[in-house]
Amino acid sequence: MTCEELLKALNEYVDDEAALAVCREFAEHLAGCNPCQVVVDNIRQSIALYKAGEPYRMPPEFEARLRNSLQERWQQKFGKAD
Amino acid sequence: MERVTLPVAGTDDDLMSQAAAGDFAAFQELTARFQSRVFRVAIRIVGQQQDAEDVTQQTFLSLIEHVDSFRGESSVATWILRIATNHALKVLRKRRGLPMVTWEESPDEDSYSTLPHPEFIARWSATPETLVQQAEVREQIESALTTLDEKYRIVFVLRDIEGLSVRETAESLELTEATVKVRLLRARLMMREQLTRAFGDESTRLFPDHEHG
Repeated sequence: MTCEELLKALNEYVDDEAALAVCREFAEHLAGCNPCQVVVDNIRQSIALYKAGEPYRMPPEFEARLRNSLQERWQQKFGKAD
Repeated sequence: MERVTLPVAGTDDDLMSQAAAGDFAAFQELTARFQSRVFRVAIRIVGQQQDAEDVTQQTFLSLIEHVDSFRGESSVATWILRIATNHALKVLRKRRGLPMVTWEESPDEDSYSTLPHPEFIARWSATPETLVQQAEVREQIESALTTLDEKYRIVFVLRDIEGLSVRETAESLELTEATVKVRLLRARLMMREQLTRAFGDESTRLFPDHEHG
């Protein structure tokens, strides 16, 4: 497997899908190619970074507005909201 | 006598069936469980707070409308995220004012022929878990996300951040799985490049010494 082929097969490897044949060749390439190994690590770290971060909080005023509008719609549909 | 509100518990699926039977408390609990996630996905797709609030509200209003049509073919979470994505895409379309949408398939950009090659290759100076503790880093990664073209950003948000499968992402966006995969790869390579330039340890930088053919 060349670096170029590895690049195209990155998804399957990063996702750890059961693409066993790809994974074996991939692992063989990585063992002998430090740059590709770091690229794979970097991608996994990038995804992990987004999964770990929760940057946006819902504004409390909006939360109150949302609650009211949902209650209103629920009442229209079911005739009650309790 | 004052009514006693019993705490609502149970799995998402339990709450969905209770809500479908008209139980508002169950619906409120579902809303409480998912509103932050829906808001977060919305703001990452549409890019600004007011539109993200609209998307969030439309999502839960749709949920009331279709509360009895959940068939359990996917998880409740996936179902709700698909509804949210749908509303977010509507906002993007409306903003453009044209029926044309950039996330439709394009033979040039949706092939593997011209993938962006990794240039800055280095180990990160800290783990993602450590980095994310810093407010500055959290802002930095959100702004990095906004530099991605929306067709790549949406796929990255749904698949990598929110954990939908490739198939679910493809269904939500009405794309083929093949297109989702190639866009995801491009998104991942672009995010890797940017974030490694920001968080990579320069002293560990590697320069491939063999032919990258």
